[in-house]
Amino acid sequence: MIRVAAVVTAFSAVLGLAAVWAAGSGEQVVAGLSQNRIAITANFVGSEILIFGAVKREAPIPPDRLDVVITVQGPSAPVKVQRKARVFGIWVNRDQVTVDLAPSFYAVATTAPLDQVVSATEDLRNRISIPRAIRSVGAPSGIADSQTFTEALIRLRQASGLYVMAEGSVDLSEETLFRTRVALPANLIEGEYATRIFLTRGGQVVDQLDTSIVVRKEGLERVLFQLAHRDPVIYGLLSLFIAIVAGWAASSVFRYFRQ
Amino acid sequence: MQVYLPIAEVSVNALLLFGLGGLVGLLSGLFGVGGGFLITPLLLFIGIPAPVAVATGANQVVAASVSGVMTHLRRKTVDLTMGSVLLAGGIVGSTAGIWVFNKVAAVGQIELFVQLCYVLFLGLIGALMLLESLRTLLRAKPAVAPRRNHLLVHRLPLKVKFRVSGLYISVIPPILVGVLVGFLAAIMGVGGGFIMVPAMIYLLGMPTKVVIGTSLFQIIFVSAYTTLIHAVMSNTVDMLLAGLLIVGGVVGAQLGTRLGVRLKAEQLRILLALLVLAVCGKIALDLLIEPADLYSLAGVRP
Repeated sequence: MIRVAAVVTAFSAVLGLAAVWAAGSGEQVVAGLSQNRIAITANFVGSEILIFGAVKREAPIPPDRLDVVITVQGPSAPVKVQRKARVFGIWVNRDQVTVDLAPSFYAVATTAPLDQVVSATEDLRNRISIPRAIRSVGAPSGIADSQTFTEALIRLRQASGLYVMAEGSVDLSEETLFRTRVALPANLIEGEYATRIFLTRGGQVVDQLDTSIVVRKEGLERVLFQLAHRDPVIYGLLSLFIAIVAGWAASSVFRYFRQ
Repeated sequence: MQVYLPIAEVSVNALLLFGLGGLVGLLSGLFGVGGGFLITPLLLFIGIPAPVAVATGANQVVAASVSGVMTHLRRKTVDLTMGSVLLAGGIVGSTAGIWVFNKVAAVGQIELFVQLCYVLFLGLIGALMLLESLRTLLRAKPAVAPRRNHLLVHRLPLKVKFRVSGLYISVIPPILVGVLVGFLAAIMGVGGGFIMVPAMIYLLGMPTKVVIGTSLFQIIFVSAYTTLIHAVMSNTVDMLLAGLLIVGGVVGAQLGTRLGVRLKAEQLRILLALLVLAVCGKIALDLLIEPADLYSLAGVRP
């Protein structure tokens, strides 16, 4: 028994050394984005960003497989997940769970299936996979299966293209150059989209690079949005004015054509 | 042609919005209903968030109603006296309605409450109108509005001459009708045309042709008030969305008022009854049939 334990200890020490060696090998990620500002204008239909880069190293390429994981994360906010149940023959929202923080958009792109690329510990530490990116603390009393609510959130957002898991979508050539495309849907919200690039070897993160994409409304979108929030009374009156003038104009134009 | 909406924060097809606006405008001009009970569910269906759909729908209703009223004014089929009396009652009713709405919202389940109100009132009004109109049509009598409470209306004090409607009745029944409609409209988040129109025909005995213009007249004020409240309290009026709906809506309303002239009063009432029943049926089915997905997401207001 003692011998087994000793072997295990020795084995993990070797593993640990290997990890240190990998980290010490000085593999570094250098990356670029095709654009780091996205303007939402009236004809915005979504956007595709190209994320590319290279691995910088001074030592020879280590033997185990190199992988790249890229995540793009939109601004987070609390979300209420409701579940319908039948009460007196009609379907009503009965149970609800508020997820403390969920990103409005989250995309993961990898070179291979995620569980082969990142160990569970690294996933937990770096919040890489979709369930890990969502922060849900505790459950309200009386709801035993609060986990299913978080699952429903992921399922609904995946269906609307807001959460994307693109395993194998990163091209890696010669263990050095990598590139991928991340599609941002049309229903984006404003804010800073944190972009992280991880280099992994044997499930361990070797290097990480953080950058961000700024998504902002521009032109007419910006003017209307700001007016609505800064001067709501003027905005409301202007909305009414437009409605009244449009109604009056249509009536007059039609009368003119009739004569 | 996709357009990104600044307040709703979604991208939608502009031509689809013209179409929706036009359809609702057509019905508005035809029946004298604001179309609030139609536009809100339709906007929700194409993916507009609920608060934006309600507020922006109200803004589009203002445009459609103004467009319709202008035509009715030229035709002298708006009873301004009656409209003002109804509006006065309506303001009192709305204020009470908003108070009750907030009380129920505090308890939760406001959505269910609103849906049940829709089913109950749309079903009741639709069924009554349909039966009455069919009876009139089958008897093939000329379009004379029924005057059920003729005697009661004539016995009350404070009589006023409503010249355009050809009525000489007490102001008490119109004020009560205004209060009732304003109350329900505030709870259900609509202008109240679909309740107002039958109430004017059956409770006040106004001629159908005058009812439409007069109903639109008071809807302008109710929905303008609603739009302003939403814009100030929750910043949920999307001007771009409203603009696109309005372009379709004002044209639709003009076509509707032209079309309305060619139809008989009973035919109009039957069509409105069928429309009201169809919306009622849709909401009832949503409540009764097991939804495809039991889970739904809702934003948390900061």
